[in-house]
Amino acid sequence: MTLESSSRPGRAAGSPAGEGETPSPAGGPEDLLQESEREPGHPPRQRTPVVAARRPGSWRSRFFRLEARTAPYLYISPFFLLFAVVGLFPLLYTAYVSVHQWSLLGGQGDFIGLDNYRRVLADRYFWNALRNTLSIFLLSSVPQVVIALCLAGLLDTQLRGRTLWRMSVMLPFVVAPAAVALIFGNVFGDRYGLANSVLEAIGVSGVAWHTDTLASHLAIASMVNWRWTGYNALIFLAAMQAVPRDLYESASLDGAGRVRQFVSITVPMIRPTLLFVIITSTIGGLQIFAEPRLFDTKGLGGSDRQYQTLTMYLWELGWRVRDLGMASAVAWLLFLIIVVFALVNLWLSHRAGSLSRGSRRTSRGRSRRRTPAPPTLEAP
Amino acid sequence: MQTHDAARAPHPGGAPGRRSRTGTRGGPGRKALAILATLALASTLAACGGGDDDESADGKIRLTVATFNEFGYEDLITEYNEMQDEVVVEQKKAGQANEHQDNLYTKLAAGSGLSDIEAIEVDWLAALMQQSDAFVDLSDPEVEGRWLDWKTEAATTDDGKLIGYGTDVGPQALCYRADLFEKAGLPTDREEVAKRFTTWDDYFEAGSEFVEKVPDAVWYDSSGATAQAMINQTQYTFEDEDDNVIAADNPDVKRIFDTVTSYSEQGLSTRLPQWEEDWVSSFQKDAFATMACPGWMLGVIEGNSEGVEGWDVAGVFPGGPGVWGGSYLTVPEQGEHQEEAIALAKWLTAPEQQAKAYTAKATFPSQVEALEDPVVAESKREFFNNAPVGQILVQQAKAIEFIPYKGPKFADIITAFQQAIQRVDEGQESPDEAWESFLADVERLG
Repeated sequence: MTLESSSRPGRAAGSPAGEGETPSPAGGPEDLLQESEREPGHPPRQRTPVVAARRPGSWRSRFFRLEARTAPYLYISPFFLLFAVVGLFPLLYTAYVSVHQWSLLGGQGDFIGLDNYRRVLADRYFWNALRNTLSIFLLSSVPQVVIALCLAGLLDTQLRGRTLWRMSVMLPFVVAPAAVALIFGNVFGDRYGLANSVLEAIGVSGVAWHTDTLASHLAIASMVNWRWTGYNALIFLAAMQAVPRDLYESASLDGAGRVRQFVSITVPMIRPTLLFVIITSTIGGLQIFAEPRLFDTKGLGGSDRQYQTLTMYLWELGWRVRDLGMASAVAWLLFLIIVVFALVNLWLSHRAGSLSRGSRRTSRGRSRRRTPAPPTLEAP
Repeated sequence: MQTHDAARAPHPGGAPGRRSRTGTRGGPGRKALAILATLALASTLAACGGGDDDESADGKIRLTVATFNEFGYEDLITEYNEMQDEVVVEQKKAGQANEHQDNLYTKLAAGSGLSDIEAIEVDWLAALMQQSDAFVDLSDPEVEGRWLDWKTEAATTDDGKLIGYGTDVGPQALCYRADLFEKAGLPTDREEVAKRFTTWDDYFEAGSEFVEKVPDAVWYDSSGATAQAMINQTQYTFEDEDDNVIAADNPDVKRIFDTVTSYSEQGLSTRLPQWEEDWVSSFQKDAFATMACPGWMLGVIEGNSEGVEGWDVAGVFPGGPGVWGGSYLTVPEQGEHQEEAIALAKWLTAPEQQAKAYTAKATFPSQVEALEDPVVAESKREFFNNAPVGQILVQQAKAIEFIPYKGPKFADIITAFQQAIQRVDEGQESPDEAWESFLADVERLG
C-alpha cells in the first residue's frame, strides 16, 4: 500500500481505531499527512527517511516505523472488521451449514458433504427458479440502465425547475417495496386490474399477469424498474456533471447534434460509472426477492412457480420446508452465479474498453486524465 | 389467528433484496462510509454486549407479547398494566401471520430473541409440537376444562405437556348473498338456507342451478378456499397420526380434489385464489353468492364489501361442522420471566378476557364459559342483516367433534394442493395433470 492511498482513508476513518490501539505521537502518519497537505500537488515522500532520520536505531524509531507501517491498516480496520462480521463470517458459516443436515427448528445434524448441493441441483424447481431469475434480471436490468442513462441525459440539460425533476425521479426509490407491491398488485390484477381495464378499453384482450410466465416477469420487471431507474439516473447524472463542458463546445463547433454528443462524448466519458451501475444492477437483479415475493400472497411465485426467483426458492427451502442445509446450498450456488456474472461483466467491459481505446487512442488518452474519478470498479 | 389471512400483501421478514446497491463506493463517499462503518461496528458490539433491558427504570419487569393480525388484546393489556404493579406488558404486533411465523421460527432456531409470550397459529402447531422442549409446560389444574376439549387436546403432547393456551377458534358457518339468492329463486331466510345446505351435494346442486339463473355471478368465492373448508372436515387428510404422509393414497384427498376441480370447470367458482387482489375486488363486483365462513371471516367480508348489501350468514356448513384456524399463546423456554408470562397468558385467555377480545375484534373465543357469556352468545352483526352471529357460531362450535389432524408437513402440502387446484382454475393444466404434479410435489416434500 502506498502512503497516498493509506493516509487518505486513515484520515477519513477518524480516530476510534487509532485511539484505541496506538496513541499516535508526533512523527507518525499525522506529520506526513500535514506535509502532504502543505504540498498538495507533489507526490508523497518516501516514508522511511522521514521517520528513520530522527533517531536511528532507538526503540522509539522502531516503534514509529512499526506504527507508520501498521497505523494505516488500523485506520481502515473498522471497515474490514465490519466486513468480517457481517460479510465473511456469514459466507463461511453458510458454507458450513450447507454441508450438514440442518433443520430450521431442530438445528445441526450430520455432516453430509455435498449432498445438499446434489439435492438442490436435482430439484426441478431450482432450474425453474434460475430461469425465472435470469429472465426477470434481463427484463429489469437492461431497460433500467438504458432508460436511466437517457433520463440522466435529459436531466443534465438546462431544464426549467431542474431540482424538482431531479428530486422527483428519486421519489419511487423512497417508497417501501411493500407499498409498491400493493400499488402494482392493483395495476396487474388478472381480472379487475387497471392495466387490463386499459387494455380492454382499447380493444386488446386482458393479459393473465399472474398466470402467464412472460407476462408475470414483465409485470415484476416493471416494478423493479419503477423503483430503481431514478436511482441509477441520479448516479449517471452525477458522473455526467463532471464531464468537462468544453468538450461539448468543441463538438458543437464541429457540428455535432445533441444526440451525437450524447453518444460520442457523454457515454464514453462516464464509462466507469456505467460499469459500476451495470455491476450493481446485476448483483441486485440476481438477488431479486421483494417484488416477486409480494406479487401474490403465498410467496411461492405463482401456482406453477412462474415467477419464483432463486432467493424466493431459498426462502421456501429455509422457512417453509425448514431445511437450512439445502437453503444454504442454494445461497452458495447463487453466490457463485453472481461471481460468474460479475466476472463476465468485467471481461466484456474491458474488451469494450480496449476496443474503444484502440480506435480512438488519442482522444481517449487525453480525456482519461481529466475524468474525475467516479466510483471505480476496475481492477487497479 | 386465521390461516393464510394474508390480508393483502404479506411481508417477508427481511428482503435480501437489493441492498448491495448502497455498498462500498470510493471517492467522496469514503469519509461518510468510514464513519458509518465505525458507528455500525460500535453499535453491533454494544448490542452484542447485551444490555439487559428486561427491567425498566422503575424496577418493573417488562413482558412482551408477540401476536399477528388482530387478537383484540390492546385494551386488555392496558387493563392488565393498570391492575398490577410489578409488570409492564407490551404487545408486539405483526401485520401478517407469515411474518410472525418466519420471526418465530428464526428465533426459535437461534435460541434467543423471542417474546415472553408468543402467539401461534393452529396450522404451525404440529411443527412446533416437535420442538415442545422449547416451550414451557402450561398444564395446570386451575385451568383444566377451561377450553373446548379438542382445542386443548391439539396442543397437548403425548406425555401430557400443554404447550399453549387457546385463544380463539374459527367454527365454520355459511355466508351468502341474500339478494343474489333471491334472483335465483333460492330461499333467502337464514333458517331455510340452513336447512337446505346440510350436505355438499345439496350445496353444489343448488350452485349449478344458481349459475344457470344468474349468469353474471358464480356460486362460491374460490376453489382453493372451498377445498380447504372440506379438508377442515376430515380428521386425517395429508398425514396420519404418526405423521406419515398419506396425501397420495388418501381417497378423501382425491375426492375433494375431483369435486372442486370438476365444479370449477362447470363454472361454479370464481377461479380466483383466496386473498389475492382480484379476490378482494370480487366482493365489490357481486361476483359470487356464497362462501365458507369461519367466525373471523365475517370481519374480512365486511371489510371487503364496503357498500355492498345483502350479506347474511346461516348456521350451517355443508357436510357438517368444521373449524378453520384459531390460535394459542405459548411461553417459550428462552424467556427470562416465565412465571410472570404464564400468569399473563392465563389471564389473557380467561373467558372474561376473551369475551372482551371478541367484542373488540370478533375473535371467537375457545373457552367454554365464554361461549355462555351473553356478550358472545347474544351478539349480532348489523352488516349481515343483523344476524345472531354469536348464537350461530356458538352452535357451530359446540357441534364440532374433532379438529383435523395437522402434522408438521400439513401447511406445505395444503399449499401444494391449493396450487394444483389453482393451475386447473387458470387453465394451465388439466385436472389429471394437476393431480400428477401435486403428487410429485408431495414426493418432493418427502
